[in-house]
Amino acid sequence: MGTLTEEIFSRRLGRPVHAGEIVVAPVDYAMAHDVTGPLAIEAFRKLEVPLWDPERVIMVFDHILPANTVASAGLHKIVRDFADEFGVTHVFQEGICHQLMVEKGFIRPGGIVVGADSHSTTYGALGCFSAGFGSTDIAVTFATGKTWFRVPETIRINLRGALPPGIFPKDLALKVIRLLGAEGANYLAVEWGGEAVEAMRVDERLTLANLTVDFGGKAGLCEPDEQTRLYLGDADVVDLHPVQPEYRQLLEVDAETLEPQIACPPAIDNVQDLSAVEGTRLDEVFVGSCANGRIEDLAIVADYFRGRQVHSRTRTIVVPASKAIYMEALARGYIQTFMEAGALVMNAGCGPCLGRQHGVLGPGERALSTSNRNYAGRMGSAQAEIYLANPAVAAASALAGMIADPRSIAHSENPPPRPSPARGEGDIPVGGVN
Amino acid sequence: MARIFKFGDGISTDAIIPGRYNVTTDPVALGKACFIEARPDFATSVQPGDVIVGGRNFGCGSSREHAPMAIKAAGIQAVVARSFARIFYRNAINIGLPVIQCDAIYDAVADADPVSIDVHSGRIDVSGKMFQGETPGPVAVAIMEAGTLIDLIKTRGWAAIEEVS
Repeated sequence: MGTLTEEIFSRRLGRPVHAGEIVVAPVDYAMAHDVTGPLAIEAFRKLEVPLWDPERVIMVFDHILPANTVASAGLHKIVRDFADEFGVTHVFQEGICHQLMVEKGFIRPGGIVVGADSHSTTYGALGCFSAGFGSTDIAVTFATGKTWFRVPETIRINLRGALPPGIFPKDLALKVIRLLGAEGANYLAVEWGGEAVEAMRVDERLTLANLTVDFGGKAGLCEPDEQTRLYLGDADVVDLHPVQPEYRQLLEVDAETLEPQIACPPAIDNVQDLSAVEGTRLDEVFVGSCANGRIEDLAIVADYFRGRQVHSRTRTIVVPASKAIYMEALARGYIQTFMEAGALVMNAGCGPCLGRQHGVLGPGERALSTSNRNYAGRMGSAQAEIYLANPAVAAASALAGMIADPRSIAHSENPPPRPSPARGEGDIPVGGVN
Repeated sequence: MARIFKFGDGISTDAIIPGRYNVTTDPVALGKACFIEARPDFATSVQPGDVIVGGRNFGCGSSREHAPMAIKAAGIQAVVARSFARIFYRNAINIGLPVIQCDAIYDAVADADPVSIDVHSGRIDVSGKMFQGETPGPVAVAIMEAGTLIDLIKTRGWAAIEEVS
């Protein structure tokens, strides 16, 4: 009974669990990366206990890869030594932690996963309760396999209607952030539903779940369905739905009338319609990140870049979210398209999103990014400006050297076909809404 | 006398410690880089015991625990804010940096105002004007009493949290 969150915790703990309760719960996996991992390891060592389960601790090198300074190489060494000492086998250096958690099969619908990175909300796209924590919390999970949660109340967001051509899940997420504000879901879980979500592939839902933390959400969940089954290639996906849920808030958003949304500097909730900022000159365009670095995102960009050149004043950086995505992009010819268009293609990982590698912004520079953070100083100088947008806007803007509307540019292919909705209408629970 | 360092709304962990400065686990180095771009004179002007007063959504963004570590290592006694982003709040409690939610204080105080604070009761005295911070949850109280989350778990295990849940 209850929201997706209450259902997941009730099943895990074998008793009815309600929002507001404080519970200590076992988790499936605990993840840390090359920046949060070293602090987690130091805290874990203070506990002076064995590692809970070397098979269920995930370590990813992605934020600074390969190490670009002596200091960052030192961080990597802390992680490698820990993995060697404790027999941690899931150590990756082939993409962004969140993409790998999903690709490598660590995420199951109905599961509970914790990560030492705020965008650990991403796995909610598969119906897993996942949340970001700091290093000390993760250290305690490394030692015990558990963490404590205050089971959150839920905001239900119903995205009604179908996405029009040229509008993407990123636009829906930014529209929600525009409506709710940067702390609109602070301490709360978010359920993403409605016709537009039901019609989305899992990669698109990953974008929604990813951006949930950027308006404060503790977790961002989609109901597992036929799309989830297709994505996991597994018929044995747990049946998981809200059952007579009581929501803190219900938000309805009309997808059909949406314009491309741009988060303008210096805050994620400073969101405007694209038309308000068209023509803004750009020094850098970044395509990638855990928000929009997947093959479907690269396909959109390749469609615009094919046979064209990016503008000479705009360095354009493409970073596939994982090695698997990179290799698929190679096989499909996208990498050649990007390079022929004049873009720089970097190794899979976080890229320039966090201002430490692969395209740091200088004072007075302006970037447009498909990532999820535009705080001052995020990608380099605090005097640089960052705009956030969907991949099509990024592609059109790279070609124009300024923020541009992709709908005014012909592109060579249509984006991948959108599968029909897996579930029928009328099964979105609206009862019990506060 | 401790003084207030006042900040606005939406202070992100990128402002507290930019990504390229958290390539260390050394608290002293993190403390020196605290607010290095958002307020470059911060680390050199903080005196031990000073207090940050922030606006809404303090500590939003990345989960980097380097952010509360940097604030603590810089010498800040406590952060008082109108509201905190969830992960920052939890991280601060976990490492023993007192964080107090208090809405009323924000508009009533200015940068450099003298302040005294009782981090246990949440009472804040700014030149004789008294403010009461919100009571933290039971787990936060248990962690604060132990010092840090590591101290709590090491001495008492999960029972310490299960008995207050």
